[in-house]
Amino acid sequence: MIAEAAKKRRLLNGYSPILAYITPWAAIVLASCLPLWPVIASAPVIPPFGFLMLLAWRQLRPGLLPVWSGAILGLFDDLVSGQPMGSAITLWSATMLALDVIEARFPWRNFLTEWLVAALMIAAYVLLGLGIANAAMVNPAGGILLPLLVAPQIGLSVLVYPLVGRAVAAMDRWRLRRYRVVS
Amino acid sequence: MAPPVNRRTSYSRKAQYSTFAAYVAGVLGVLGGGAVLASSVFGHSAFGWMHMVAADVQAPAARIGAQTRAGAGDALSVAGGFLTSGPENARLRREVALARTRAIETQAVVDENRRLKDQLHLLSDTPQALANAWLIASTASSTRRYATISAGGAQGVQSGMPVRTAQGLVGRVLEVGHMAARILLITDTESTVPVRRASDGTPAFINGKGDGTLQVRLLSLGLNPLKKGDVFVTSGAGGLYWPGTPMAQVVSLTHDGAIARPLSDPAASEMVTVQPAWEPTADPTLPPPTPDVPPPPPKKPKAPKSPKTGAADAKKHHP
Repeated sequence: MIAEAAKKRRLLNGYSPILAYITPWAAIVLASCLPLWPVIASAPVIPPFGFLMLLAWRQLRPGLLPVWSGAILGLFDDLVSGQPMGSAITLWSATMLALDVIEARFPWRNFLTEWLVAALMIAAYVLLGLGIANAAMVNPAGGILLPLLVAPQIGLSVLVYPLVGRAVAAMDRWRLRRYRVVS
Repeated sequence: MAPPVNRRTSYSRKAQYSTFAAYVAGVLGVLGGGAVLASSVFGHSAFGWMHMVAADVQAPAARIGAQTRAGAGDALSVAGGFLTSGPENARLRREVALARTRAIETQAVVDENRRLKDQLHLLSDTPQALANAWLIASTASSTRRYATISAGGAQGVQSGMPVRTAQGLVGRVLEVGHMAARILLITDTESTVPVRRASDGTPAFINGKGDGTLQVRLLSLGLNPLKKGDVFVTSGAGGLYWPGTPMAQVVSLTHDGAIARPLSDPAASEMVTVQPAWEPTADPTLPPPTPDVPPPPPKKPKAPKSPKTGAADAKKHHP
């Protein structure tokens, strides 16, 4: 009886629970570090990969990342992104809540709607990040040009998002891979 | 994907409470993040030490990246070069032929110059480099332009020190960790550098525009005297940046100034030099500053008159 139960548990838990829960967090943390490397950029062009990764994991596996994970992961992103401290904590937490609301409002989803939602989220995130980064700005030089400054970054991020989704799907398969041999 | 029939997680009270707690934590994340954000935007650099701990941790990995960056950049330009290779090739051949002659002439001039300087025992006015470092990382996804260099407090780097390459100014040190430091690039929107035109000393300020170019703002209003190709060097006004460091070249004019391109593009520079901050008062060639005269001691307020005498005075003045 006990042996039977143990066998059943092993069958169900063929994957490693540590790997299964660590992978999304680790993937997002690594993605946050990605824009640091390897180019020294003179303009914001690299997509905010940490945020894209967060969106992709949240959309692929709703409920895997808890609602509060945005604050923790955002704290790390703030450390490496160059935005003022607290910017990603706020915006990522708000994103997790907003995605929950959107999911409740529009339960049916497909590739296009998910991409559209993600595109809106990315545009809002980059523009709000721009506003926050220059909130305390005393320099009148850049004024109107600033929103144009991030337009290429928003476009590139939206185009890159499906690829990030693909990468997340691959990681998801890897995360749930069975590594124990069931006798 | 089919919508879940019931939004309720389960009939278990425990599960419902933990879901509720997760939402509460999510909302607290937004509010707490907002508080942190407000304090970091309005109270400056309250969290700088956290940034520097992070930079110290990344430094070893990023240093490897810095050495492969040149290769990565080349790959992109090679791809673009296929389109323009033919005319580019012909143009370059003509330029090389011209430049070879000029290089020989220049070499002769340089030699002569060095001999003359040696003869006069002139010292180069370039300050001693404090530390040489790799540019190891930058904030490529944020609109703020910071970079990290691979030298920190251990090498004597301090906040406020100017950072330059052989071509020109790159930025200044903002926060210092043990083995890495974060620098504010001159292209950042909050960077302001006092400069003068190399040819005639027209004073101006240069601000970053955040997109890799710089905005030149003239101090004097009126007719815009700038021309395309003008070179600006730092003026050293207010200290910090050493005077005479090449900084930017004008690429287009605006109605009250110009748009300039940094001479030392951070994207193309790998090795940078940290210089000690310039203090105009420590320059031996300048007259010493006037010694601080202590302000005269404040006059003792007169003892308040008693209301009686005050009234008597008032009466005296009244006829």
